[in-house]
Amino acid sequence: MIKITDLHKSYKMGHNSLHVLKGIDFHVKEGELVSIMGSSGSGKSTLLNILGMLDEADTGSYVLDGVPIKDLNEKIAAQYRNKFLGFIFQSFNLINYKSALDNVALPLYYQGLKRKERMEKAEHYLEKVGLAPWSHHLPSELSGGQKQRVAIARALASDPKVLLADEPTGALDSKTSYEVMDLIQGINDEGKTILIVTHEDDIAHMTKRIVNLKDGVIIDDSKVEQVRAKQNV
Amino acid sequence: MFDIERWQEIFQTLSKNKLRTILTGVSVASGIFIFIVLLGFSTGVQNGVKEKFSGDATNKISVRAGRTTKQYKGLNPNRRIQLKNEDLDNISNTYGDYLEYKSGGYSNWGAQLVYKNEFGNFYIRGVDPDYQFISKASITEGRFINQGDINEARKVIVVSNKTKTELFKGKSPIGEMVSVKGVNFKVVGVYGDPGGEREESQVFIPLTSAQIAFNGGTNIRDMSFTVAMSDNFDEAVAFSQNLVASIESDLKTKHTIAPNDRSALRIDNTLEKAQKIYSLSDMIKAIFWFVGIGTIIAGIVSVGNIMIIIVKERTKEIGIRKALGAEPLSIIAMILQESIFVTMFSGLFGLVIGLGLLEFVGPTIESDFIKYPQVDFYTALITVFILVAAGTLAGFIPAYRAAKIKPIVALKDE
Repeated sequence: MIKITDLHKSYKMGHNSLHVLKGIDFHVKEGELVSIMGSSGSGKSTLLNILGMLDEADTGSYVLDGVPIKDLNEKIAAQYRNKFLGFIFQSFNLINYKSALDNVALPLYYQGLKRKERMEKAEHYLEKVGLAPWSHHLPSELSGGQKQRVAIARALASDPKVLLADEPTGALDSKTSYEVMDLIQGINDEGKTILIVTHEDDIAHMTKRIVNLKDGVIIDDSKVEQVRAKQNV
Repeated sequence: MFDIERWQEIFQTLSKNKLRTILTGVSVASGIFIFIVLLGFSTGVQNGVKEKFSGDATNKISVRAGRTTKQYKGLNPNRRIQLKNEDLDNISNTYGDYLEYKSGGYSNWGAQLVYKNEFGNFYIRGVDPDYQFISKASITEGRFINQGDINEARKVIVVSNKTKTELFKGKSPIGEMVSVKGVNFKVVGVYGDPGGEREESQVFIPLTSAQIAFNGGTNIRDMSFTVAMSDNFDEAVAFSQNLVASIESDLKTKHTIAPNDRSALRIDNTLEKAQKIYSLSDMIKAIFWFVGIGTIIAGIVSVGNIMIIIVKERTKEIGIRKALGAEPLSIIAMILQESIFVTMFSGLFGLVIGLGLLEFVGPTIESDFIKYPQVDFYTALITVFILVAAGTLAGFIPAYRAAKIKPIVALKDE
């Protein structure tokens, strides 16, 4: 599903150049649930941004579902993001003046679906994350866990190939974190490929594979025994 | 543009952000409103000024003869120049096509007008029928001098409202006999002059009668003409100056006057005076336009400002939309379409309110200097479009920049 070879990325900071990713080789098969770990500055967020086409690598190749992601203009990148990827952010990033339902329907709007169809699909995914009764609430009327569920429903709405989650539980207490992880595990069980960036050990062990990043290189990449979040709820 | 889905998206955004929408709308609407009202009152002031000064024919040429001051072709200076009927006829024949009205005048004295036991000093003027239009006299009773009076040299007289009040104590003077220097005249009409009392100290008798009654022969004291006005004022001025110049040179040749002798023949062109009034009203117009355009510029700047703030405020939202697959073009289109819709709608609203105010309040204004304030509808509409276009341009720059923002930057947590 994801094939990354010899990926380099550096940022210019004034006169200095900061080499963040120093040759990453990384493959993810369909249906995997992978966590990317590392301390801050290890390059894990940069890696996720490149995977999410929110940022571009300097050198190296990135193939997503057989499509080489290279020299994209903004328009193509937007189309690929819409088609291939679903994003889940630490700070949810919901549009605050739109209801939960409208937030979930937004990627479908950019897919060019008609309103009726959008609403039906959005409702379906809200139901899937257990928020159907809150569909007409604004984000400000929802709890943190509920917001993240809305964000997950939104990420799923466009039926992407890969879900990318950047510290999805970073802003949540542990009980809510486990509920969210339970939801993510459920989605993975249905076959969706999911990548999670986290620095929390317990969250990482709820995935099936942990990739450890340090100073821009992968120092460890191993499968783990998945801890079901449900046990902790 | 006519994508219903996008309109739904825009209406949702606008209705969910009421304060922002209303503020933008109010600033645009008030800009247009002020502009329309200013423009309307500028027209009103122009109309008022024009009406105030329209007392005299604005295109009147008058010719008067005097004494020569320069020796010319062996003739001595201080020679008296006398205009004759044939001078008027010559000018009428030569320039008839360009002259609207023409009249000779024979009236070189102030005389007593006697009615029974009443008498008063009036300026008695022998004129042709056209003089009614040249002096803008309006007949209030009876008639003015006509061609029959001229042909038969009838002893008839047209008196003024002032005469009617002073000599006839307000009762209708038509058919009454008055005497001037012992000659009896029958009153056939009463006129009023928009210029007021001073102008009304004249009374009119037929030119031919004046010449016979007062031993004038074929002499005339002066000639007056009006020139058909062209729409373009400067053109009218230039044309009538040319006309004046050729009439002058014709007369000077005929009466053997030195071309540079100014006092032998005096030709006045009131159009030049009118030009001052016109330029005053042009000045007023210019000032109102200046203020109006200033208002519009202020409107554009504030719309632009609001657009920049809106885009700044929505940076994160734009980042989210881009992460979800919004193309840059769709971001620009979204912001622009929103701003065009709001500015257009509120601009037209301000236009309607402004026009409405002029329509309903305008006629109730009782001032000599403001009359019929109004605005050309197309000018107003064009203004709205200019504001919309400028607002759009002002919005385009931040929108374009917003579309260029990398989602990763836009989404960065503060």
